[in-house]
Parts: sequence; C-alpha cells; structure tokens
Amino acid sequence: MHMAASPQKVGATGGAGSGSSSIVETLADFARRRKSFWVAVSLAILFTAWEIAGRVPISFAFPTFLETLSALIEMALDGTLLPAYFITFQPLLLGVAVSAVLGIGLGIAMGLSDKAEWLLAPVFIVLQAAPMAALVPLVTFVYGIGLVAKTLAVIMLALPVIVLNSYKAVRHVNPSLVDMCRSFQGTRMQQIFKIVIPDATPVLFAGLRLGIAAGFIGVMLAELLITPTGIGDLITYHRSVANYAHMYAAVASIIAVSTLTLAALQYVELRFLRPEKRRK
Amino acid sequence: MANPIPLRTADNATPDAVVEVRDICKRYGDVEALRGINLQFERGKLTTLLGPSGCGKTTLLKIIAGLVPATSGQVIVNGRQVTGPGPERAFVFQDFALMPWATVLRNVAFGLELKGMPQAERHRIARHYINEVGLSGFEEKYPHELSGGMRQRVGIARAFSVNADVLLLDEPFSAVDEQNRRKFQEDLLRLVDKERKTFLFVTHSIEEAVYVSDRIVLLSPRPGRVSQIIEPAIDRSAAPDVIRRDKGYLDVVEEIWQGLRQYAE
Repeated sequence: MHMAASPQKVGATGGAGSGSSSIVETLADFARRRKSFWVAVSLAILFTAWEIAGRVPISFAFPTFLETLSALIEMALDGTLLPAYFITFQPLLLGVAVSAVLGIGLGIAMGLSDKAEWLLAPVFIVLQAAPMAALVPLVTFVYGIGLVAKTLAVIMLALPVIVLNSYKAVRHVNPSLVDMCRSFQGTRMQQIFKIVIPDATPVLFAGLRLGIAAGFIGVMLAELLITPTGIGDLITYHRSVANYAHMYAAVASIIAVSTLTLAALQYVELRFLRPEKRRK
Repeated sequence: MANPIPLRTADNATPDAVVEVRDICKRYGDVEALRGINLQFERGKLTTLLGPSGCGKTTLLKIIAGLVPATSGQVIVNGRQVTGPGPERAFVFQDFALMPWATVLRNVAFGLELKGMPQAERHRIARHYINEVGLSGFEEKYPHELSGGMRQRVGIARAFSVNADVLLLDEPFSAVDEQNRRKFQEDLLRLVDKERKTFLFVTHSIEEAVYVSDRIVLLSPRPGRVSQIIEPAIDRSAAPDVIRRDKGYLDVVEEIWQGLRQYAE
C-alpha cells in the first residue's frame, strides 16, 4: 500500500486522502469504467467459495481451488494437457464446422420457404427435444468408436440448435426492410443476401454460440460414453485412480476453453459483422 | 359526392395523369378494405390520402407501390399497368425501413446499389440528396445514432436518389415529434417545388394534409371509399407561420373535420 502506487489519484482527491483511501478511489473509479473489474470480482467470489468448500471439506473427493489450479499447471507442464486437447478438438471442430455450415444453410432455407419448413422443422424439433445422450450408444453400434462416431455425437447435439435458431432468425427479419428492398426492385437473391442474412445475423450468431456450447457437451459425452480419449480420458483416468485434483483440473479446463471460445465468437461477430455496434 | 371523379378509359385519360387508379378493390379474407376506388394523380402535384384509421389509405398506397396486390382493379402508372414495384415509383416508409448495419451513405445509395450502379457514382448521387435533406456531415453515421426526424430524412433522400417520377410517402412524419414535424413539412414543400415530382402522401393529420397538399382525397372507413376530394388552394409563397394562421387554411381544416367527425369514435 505505497503512495507511489497511485500518485495520480492522490492528486485527484486533492492530496487529502491517506494511501489506502486513494487506492479505494482508484478501484472505485476503475469499477465504474471497466466491465472487466466486475468479471474479475465475480470469478474471485466463485473461486473463494470453491476454496472454502474444498477446505471444509464437503467431500473427500472435492479438491480445493488451489490444489486444482496446481494440478492444472502440472498437467500443462508435463505435456498431458495439450495432446489431450489435440485429440478432443478433432471431433469437436469437425462436428461444429459441419453443424454450422449445414445448420445455417438448412435454417435459412426453412426460414425462406414454407415447404422446406414443413419438411424439416418437425425433424429438428424432435431432435432438439430428444435426450441425445441416450442415442450415443446407438451411434457406437453403427459407427464404432472412432472419429466418425464422436463427430456424429457433436453434430447430433449442435445441429438442431443451430438449425432452429437460424430458422427463427430468418423468420424474424424486419418485414419492412424486405418491403423496402422489393420497392426498389431488389431481386430475390439481393433480398436474401443484402437484407435477410444481415438482419438475421445477431440471432444467427446467438444460435451458433448455443450450437458450439452443445458441441462441447457432445464431444464430452462422446469421450465419456464411447471411448475415453482426450480430455474425457484425463477425467476418466484421474477419477479411476482417485486423483481428484487432476480430474477437476481437466473438467475446469474444458469449461474454461468452452467459455473462451464463445467469448471469442462474440468478439468476432461484433468486430467484423456488426459495424453499427463497433463504436459505442 | 360518393365518387366525384368521372370514370375515364385509357384513351381519353388526361395526359398529365401520371398515376391512375381504376376500380381498385381489396379484401383481406372477409374484411373489405377498399371498395371501388377511382382516382387520378396529376404530374407534379402533391396529393394526400387522408382518413381515419381503418380507411385503407396505407393499403391503397401499397397497392399503387406494387407491394400489395389488389383483389380487383388496375393501377396505371405512366400509361402502363402496375404488376409490382417499378423504377418510376419510390416508397418512403412509416417506420423508415433503414438498414441498421449500414451507414447513412449506404442507406441512401441502397436503391442505386440494387440497380448495380458503380459505387463512386451512386455515392456521388447519394451525397447530393443527403445534402438536399439537410444531413451533410452525417454520411458515415449509423441510423441508431440519428433522431427519428433525421432517420426519416435518410428515407426521403433514398427515395429521391433513384430519380423516380412518383414518390409514395406512407405517414412519413408520424414517428417524428411535433416541432420536427413542422420543420419537416416546410422542407418537404421546398423539395416538392424543387424536384418537380408527383407526391402521394398518406397521413391521418388534417393540419398536415391541408398544409402540404395541392389536393386532398378523403377516404371513409369500412370499407374504404373515396368520400370527398378537396383542393385547398393555399398561397404557399407566404411564410409558414402566416399560412398556418390564414383563414382559408383554417376553413379547409374545419371543413375536413366536419366531414370526418362522423367517423370519430
């Protein structure tokens, strides 16, 4: 708590405040301006609660936050984490890519054409409502335990969400904008590419984010239910040898990766596809 | 006075009738929205369609625009029957219909962009009309950064940019506050004078109709029919404040109100 740590704030408070009060002011000022401050506070509360719960302990199999963190660092350094992610990402990326392209394409087609809607909507509504984990053993039965089966598990979870959201996105396009395009003699293609898709973009991306989150669930299901590989293998292995800190570290890391992926997607959307949101 | 305009055939139509509406009927299922509308709109004039809500004035404007098909009857623009939207008509929307992801410049140039005009040329034309509606300096702004009045100026500049003969304005000022509305009406009169185009204007404001129109078509509701046509010969060379206090202006407002009050709740 040195005065030198925040000299400019001493000036701002008229030089009257003590060192600690000026630090409080600096923090208060930072909290007003930056969203990231509240994100940090939120995470700090979560991790503190975790640490306390681990120290109580609520279960002998529940490690503290610090134990989990050191296990994570250990796994990152001894070269088990990266190869595991390399394995996990293969079905995940393949499945998400297929789901995104196919899902957005089918969803837009359903949004534009009643016949496509009648044909496809019931299938995807059933698929979205179905507990997909129950179907994973069927996939194993048909496609074995390889990459194809795991990719399919990802697609089964991600595709319906992306299709149904894309469809909704197109159906909720501002009809006045479509009329506007028609009134200036826009062709059907111009209508779709210059009005419908740009206007649907926010909801398309919301669907894509939900689809990717579902894809993470899919790949974890596949790695836990089909054969243990990648991160699923780390979780299964460390559980079997009662290495709970390492098991939690693997679980926490996949949650963190999933969260960061979704945040990155949102950033890409706002940065490159929504120029009107850029300068705020 | 159910239908004061005599029916004409195409052969002896007045040469300066740029838009002709013949026997237009429109039904939405069991609801009859418009019945037997016959109207002619002269070139270079501003005609207002005025009436209480439910009289079908916006429907009629959208039929003329080719955005809504009529159940029966014809719309003839420049001697040709309308089957859909065309380059000789441009529409100004009540809710502005601006693309939120595009700048003012791109929005104004959008009609030309759809026609495939090269960017430099369409931007030059768009800048001209952005200037005409008083929005210079806002070219790179996005619609959400503008006020309601400014957004509608973008809509009007877009309609002017495509150089249509007929401008169809669907309650363009209804989402604009009163002060801006008056300023807007004055600007519109200046543009009508300068651009020499035919304007069809839908409004539910009697004062607005009398202030801006050469001719007012009163529609009665359920089903929409032409009930009266009024030509408020007002001297527009006078200052706006003088016009708004002019006896002739006030008399026309009163006359229309007497015609419409039977339809008020």
